[in-house]
This record gives sequence, C-alpha cells and structure tokens, in this order.
Amino acid sequence: MKFGVIVFPGSNCDLDAYHLIRDQLHKQAVYIRHDALSLGDCDLVILPGGFSYGDYLRSGAIARFSKIMTAVETFAAAGGLVLGICNGFQVLTEAGLLPGALYRNNHLQFRCQQVNIRVENNKTPFTNAAGNQEILKMPIAHGDGNYYASPDQQNEMEAHGQILFRYVDESGEATTEANPNGSLDNIAGVCNRKGNVAGLMPHPERAGENILGSADGLIIFKSLLSYLEREGAFICD
Amino acid sequence: MIDRPWLQMGLSDREYEMIVNQLGREPNLIELNMYSVMWSEHCSYKHSRSALSLFPTSGPQVIQGPGENAGVVDLGDGWAAVFKIESHNHPSAVEPYQGAATGIGGILRDIFTMGAQPIAFLNSLRFGKLDDLRSRYLFDGVIAGIGGYGNCVGIPTVAGEIYFEECYRGNPLVNAMCVGIMPLERLVLGKASGEGNLVVLVGARTGRDGIHGVTFASEELSEQSEERRPAVQVGDPFLGKLLLEGTLEVIAKKLVTGVQDLGGAGLTCALTETAARAGSGVDIDLDQVPLREAGMQPFEILTSESQERMLLIVEPDKFEAVEAVFKRWELAPVVLGKVTASGKVVARFGGEKVVNVPAQSVSGGSPTYQPKAKEPDYFKELAAFDPLTLPKIKDYNQALLDLLRDPDIASKEWVWRRYDYLVRTCTVQGPGGDAAVIRIRENGKALAMSVDGNSRQVYLDPYLGGMLAVAEATRNISCCGAEPLGITDCLNFGNPEKPEIYWQFRNTVSGMAEACAQLDVPVVGGNVSFYNEVEGEAIYPTPVIGVVGLLDNYEIQGRIAFRNRGDLICLLGADEITLGGSQLLKTVHGQIKGALAKIDLMLEKRLQLLVRKLILAAAIESAHDLAEGGLAVSLAECSMAAGLGASVRLPATDRPEVAFFGEGPSRILISVSPARMEAVQKEAAAYAVPLHELGQVKGDALLMFCGDDLLVQQDLKRAKKAYEEAFQWIMT
Repeated sequence: MKFGVIVFPGSNCDLDAYHLIRDQLHKQAVYIRHDALSLGDCDLVILPGGFSYGDYLRSGAIARFSKIMTAVETFAAAGGLVLGICNGFQVLTEAGLLPGALYRNNHLQFRCQQVNIRVENNKTPFTNAAGNQEILKMPIAHGDGNYYASPDQQNEMEAHGQILFRYVDESGEATTEANPNGSLDNIAGVCNRKGNVAGLMPHPERAGENILGSADGLIIFKSLLSYLEREGAFICD
Repeated sequence: MIDRPWLQMGLSDREYEMIVNQLGREPNLIELNMYSVMWSEHCSYKHSRSALSLFPTSGPQVIQGPGENAGVVDLGDGWAAVFKIESHNHPSAVEPYQGAATGIGGILRDIFTMGAQPIAFLNSLRFGKLDDLRSRYLFDGVIAGIGGYGNCVGIPTVAGEIYFEECYRGNPLVNAMCVGIMPLERLVLGKASGEGNLVVLVGARTGRDGIHGVTFASEELSEQSEERRPAVQVGDPFLGKLLLEGTLEVIAKKLVTGVQDLGGAGLTCALTETAARAGSGVDIDLDQVPLREAGMQPFEILTSESQERMLLIVEPDKFEAVEAVFKRWELAPVVLGKVTASGKVVARFGGEKVVNVPAQSVSGGSPTYQPKAKEPDYFKELAAFDPLTLPKIKDYNQALLDLLRDPDIASKEWVWRRYDYLVRTCTVQGPGGDAAVIRIRENGKALAMSVDGNSRQVYLDPYLGGMLAVAEATRNISCCGAEPLGITDCLNFGNPEKPEIYWQFRNTVSGMAEACAQLDVPVVGGNVSFYNEVEGEAIYPTPVIGVVGLLDNYEIQGRIAFRNRGDLICLLGADEITLGGSQLLKTVHGQIKGALAKIDLMLEKRLQLLVRKLILAAAIESAHDLAEGGLAVSLAECSMAAGLGASVRLPATDRPEVAFFGEGPSRILISVSPARMEAVQKEAAAYAVPLHELGQVKGDALLMFCGDDLLVQQDLKRAKKAYEEAFQWIMT
C-alpha cells in the first residue's frame, strides 16, 4: 500500500501526513512534487494542508493549475482514492473535483483548535472504519474553512450521502457554537458523487497519537486501508 | 549639499570624525549611509556593549555564543538547538500587521541561516491597556501579523506572553523568538571566507522598503513617526518558505561556505559582517542586484531592508549545483561578486567603484559608550511604599475573579487559537502551560521553551527584577521537567543617553547576569532595543528572557493541570512573599508600587533541581510556577486546566491577601498522590527546599481557607468563564 503526498510550493502539512502514514500506519509514503507529470504507482493520493502558492489570490486557486493536477484528475476519473485535507480540500473544490467552495471564516480570523466532527456517512472508503454517527476529535487550523454550496448542490449531496462530516459539540449536536467557521449546515467534509474523492477542513493527519491531543484521525486512514485491502482498487459505479 | 549630512543620518560629529580617521578620508554619501546604518544603535550596540559583557556566555553545552545570527547549544547525539529572540517594536508601532509579520520572517531567517530546521516560534508582546482604541488596533494587528507569517511558513507558534500597561500605549513591544534543531555537523556560519569564492544573493528582489529601518529603530517615537511608514518592510511568507527550503537544502548538500540573511541594514550589514568575521573583503557589482523598481540609487540598494533575501558564499564550481537547488524552489540566485583578501567592501555601480570601505570599520568600528547612570527619582519613593497601608480585601471571591479576568492573567487562548501551534505534529505540550514542549522526532528527546519577563518588577527594582526574570523563565522550563540549556534575551528599554534609563539598563543586566551565573545558564544570543519612548516618555525597562531546555524523553514531562481527585496539593520553595509590585496591587488597587520579595538564588537552584527530579521520577502529578496573582491564581490555573476542584487551607493571619495573592520568587505548586507523599517530603528535605502541604484536589469548586475562615468559595465553571472569556468580552 503506497500513499502519494502531493507537495505544492507552500504546502506545509505534507510532513504531517507523511509521518502519520510511515510512523503510525507503517505504510509507504512518497512525496510527489507539483511539477511531476505522474503519480507513479501510488494506490491513493493525499493533497495536504498548507498555503499553496501563499494562498495568494484565493486558497487553492493557483495550485489547481499545477502540472500534477492533471494526473490527479485522471487518477480520480479512473476511480482512484483522493483525499484533500485543509488546503488540499480547497484545491479540490477549486479544481472542480469536489462540490462547493471554502470562504473566509465568518469571524475573519485564522482558527486553530480541537473540534468534534460527526461521521454522517460511514459507508464510504474514507469512513468505513467509523461507527455510524461516531464523533471524532481532531484539530482545525485554517482561515478559509467556511464551506458553501448552492441549495441544489446541497440537496444533491444530501441525497447521495456526500456529506461526510459535520462540526458538532461534545454530545454530538450540530450547534452554531460548535461551528468554528460559519460553514453551511456545519459541514466539515464532503465527497464527490462517486465517493472516491473527499475533502475535509479538520486535520486527521495531526490526530494520530494521544500525546498530540487525539488519535481519532487514524480512523479515516484505517478506513482507506481496509477499503483498499478489501476492494483492491476502487470500483466505479 | 546639506550641511553635515551625517547628523540627519543619526551620526554625531564625533562619530563622523572617527569614520574619517578610520577611513583615512571623508566618506562619500553612499559610504556615509553604510556607516550610518551599521553604527546605529540597533546594529552596533554602542550603548549596550559594555554592560552586555557582564553576561556569562560559555558552558560545556555552548557551541556558539553571542555574535552570530543565533546561539547554538549541544543536545547530545550529534544534535544541536539554535535559537534567538529579536525585537520589532518600532515597525509594529506604525504598521502592526507588517511590523509583526516581518519580525517573524526575520527571526526565522536567523535560524535557518545557521543550517537549522526551525521547529517553533514564541513571542512576547506588550501593549497599552485595551480600553484604548489604538491599543486594540495594534494588539489585533500584531496577532494577525504573527499568525499571517508563521502559519503560512508552517512553523508552529507554541508559546508566548502578553502584558498590558499604560507605558506601552504608543510604543508596543513585539519580541519574536525562533527555535531550530540540526545535526551539529551541518552548522554554517556567516563568514565570507575563501578568496575567489562567489558572493551570491538569492530571494526577493530589492525594493525601496525598509530603507533606514535600523536608524528608525534607533530613535524615539513621536508624532512624526507616522512619516517613517516607508521604513517598515513588507513580508512575503510564501517566498520566505521557499527560501527556507532552498537554503536548508544547499546547506545539507554542503554546497555553501557561508550564509547570512539580510535583515536590519540589508546588504550593507550582510556584506560587512560576513567579510569582517572572516577577515576578508568582498568586491561586488550593484548592477547585478535584482531590483523591484527602476532608478534605485546605490545607497538605497545597499540599505534596503526588503525581506526574504539571503547572502551565500559559494565556491565557484558549486554555483551550478546551488542554482539547480534553488530553481526547484522557483528562486534564481545571482552572483554579485567575489570574496577578496583586501579586507575591504568594494561596490561598483554603472561600472564605477562607488564604495571602498574597510569591512571591520563599518561593521565593528563604532565607538563603545559608557553612558552616565543616575538613579531615577521614582525609585526610592516607590520602594518605600507599604502595601499594607491599603484597605483590606473584603471580598476574596471578587478579587480572585477580577484577577482571573485581568488581561495580564486571563487565558490567552483568544490569541493563540489564531496561531497554528500544531503544524509539524511535534507539539507535545502546546500553549497554556508554563512552557511549550516540542519533541524531536529524530531522537525521541524534546525541547521545552518559554519566554518571560515581568517588567513591572524590573521597573520597581531593576537589579532584583533582572534576577527574578531569569529565575522565573528558567523555573518555567524546570516545571516541565527540562534542564535549561541557554538563554536568549531581548532587552527593551528607553533612551540610553538619559542617565535614568541607562541606570535601569545597567542594573537590569547586572541582575540578570548574576542570576545566569548562579543558575548556570549562559546567554547565547539576544538583542537590545533602545529608544522605546514616545514624546519623551519611556516604557518600563523590559527584559524578555527566552529559555530553551532539554528533556531526554518527550513522553515524561511536567504539566500544570491537576490529575486526580484525592491528590495532595503542596507548595515547594521560598516563604518570602509581598504585595509590593504584585498583580493584586495593579488590578484591584490600581497601584504599581512597593518593594519586591528578595530572591535566594541558591534556593532557586535547588528548587529547580528538585522539581525536575520529581517530575522525571514520576513522583508528582503536576507542577506549576507561582507568578502573577500568587498562590490563589496558580491554584485556580491548575484546577481549571484539569476541570478538578481544590481545597486549601493556610494558617490564620491578619492579612490573608498577602498569603493568597502575595508574590515572591522560587515557589512551585505541585500535586502528589498520597502514596508518594512521604518520598516527596524526603526528597524536598534532601534538597533543603521547604515543603508545605496545603490541601487536596477535590470536588468541583475552589475552596480557600485562612485558618477557619472560608475566604474563597468559587464554582470552577464560573472561574473558568471569567478566565477563558475575558478577551472575547474585551475585544468584541
């Protein structure tokens, strides 16, 4: 099992993802530069957090034009598993691989804190190791995490189980207080219609050890591993 | 031509005379500009040098002391820690976001310049009180700037401190510290050695920003300071990140002979310092410097403080490889010229030789002043004040709540949640404790780090305050179980040409030096920021102490939070406390007066040794330094961090406010499981450290008895609300 971690200029959680995969999951991880043309023999791809191209212009807006994104799009179209975390999520929405957009946090400030997210659909490659409605604790660290989708998109996502995570309080309620950035309907993470491309603002790769505050992030990575072990490769609709 | 142009550039007639003597002729205007920036207080330390020589700077662990871009200490196993603190006060007073952001960028470059991977930022901030709109604007802008740069470059901001006093209203303090680690064999110094080697510039284009930033930093602030806005640099953290990656890569691949970042005084400083350190010279062509705009004059190119630039010294046959590395990071290094054996910095422009100055003279030829010192009038008067003449505290619950919601004490989470303190996944103890602990992935060890400086105490008694500052900063590290390895200090003072200010400075430094010597913690680097005055009014003397300590195993560390109900709460250390200079006096009585409690440095040393031993042996459950607000506030902090109540009882006394809110050095609050109590008592006795059992971790409330009187009965949730929501209330 081999994870590819994309490195855009300005990515800075590439290291976090890389170490979680190697040190906690004991799987292979390789960095793939933004100007590479191929993903090599990776079984799945992570677009990490950070400030690709300084987040100048708009978060993810420049990175989506990187050479490697053509390979990522081809891989995704063929059913390959792609996970975007934080800035990676922003890049995937900019690239049109995921519905919606990430606006500036409603309070206009960067926010780094532990949050609780509820697994809304545990029948996906990204969440199958989680219980139904299980609450996971992991940190956020972003300035542009305010998720928005049009009413039509939202309805479609609801209908197809594409909303993967919502921000909730400790008891599992999706309250306004538990929403750290003003995201529509407390949405913290979504996937595409086919279910092979997902993005979330919280950082599961920073929640892989209790000494860091939580190990719940491993559930997402273990979901990916068990899915790939079971299915071999992603099977398209 | 203007009469005596050096006066406008901040040089005195006598200094100009020295320049003429050293040069053997009159400097041209370009050269005069170079002297002006390098002989500014900020670069030359001309008023502070003699006092700074008091600091102990050596020790078996010290690899590089003051004088380089940053200090270096040995961590064992071939690893080293590199750290430095620096001020960015004046720019932040005029343009808070960019002033703070470029302070972060600058201190970051100081660390990776040496070859170290930066692993953490810390900061120490001072503002006026937040009822003032401009202070709120500065406070908010500075935080945004620190986060804006630090978050983007992907280095966590893990610890800091913030205080609010009237004296900082027009002159906020922004001190930024960065810590890095590296394999020792990678250490590179800022030396232009090897005749014929190439002098290479890489990074941002040079623009007109930050011209004469260092001379701006070396004068008092006034109404005209707004006009110095162009002296404030503008940061580009994205470029900073690329430069960081590229520079570390060329160093790791051993492609460079010397590295120096361009900070204060820009190219002038980098060229003259690297040449002077190596005893060499350089001959460069200013036409090769990539410019942001056309028509820049040689003096502008030489003194611009445009950010995100590095100077590299490269052997000619390695330049191609250097170029290839930087190209991968989308950067294009250019060759400016060569290292020579002349001892001179020669610069050409339009084919003409426009600069020809001895490197040593420009970078190190400035005079050393021995300013006059005079005890200020306030000193004896304030020290004579007896706090017990103030009315007694009637409502202890209210006093405690008032302290917990005072911005000096209140939880700073409102601030640090705007910083990414988790990136790199090594933050094993984040903001909110006595110190942050960052693990070293490569060897399983960890570094504890903190910044500290109670300027109120230093104002009331500079010598004693200087000792207290060092003692408290190192105590914070010991409370995490780590052994302090070295100090970096940022000394923020008023105008040293005023005898009262120099008296504060000299005494503060003497006190700090004494404490460093007694506690065996060398000073390995730092920064002096003078002229922190607005319209003639100086700030409090504000030394900020950054300390880095080593933990052998990142999984075993001290934390402030109580752990189990039923554990015993004990106070370790000194008995001498007073309300003089205390937070209670400031918060409740609005007074900053009184004599401070004395310190016994030998007891301090034994106390720190003891607490480290107890933590590493897992003999105690928590440890927290007593600071502002005394026992009552520290107890509340340990309880709130854990969500566990506590009940303590102190002996009956006529003035319980001294016992509960009085402050004094060398005191640590610990919690101990009853089964280990006897062993802990034995250890404390062996170290001759007084230990008082005060009470127990229990219930969901804070209960504080004085004899039989229950003085504080505070629901923990209510206390937490006051403590945690204070900034939310003030700022929105």
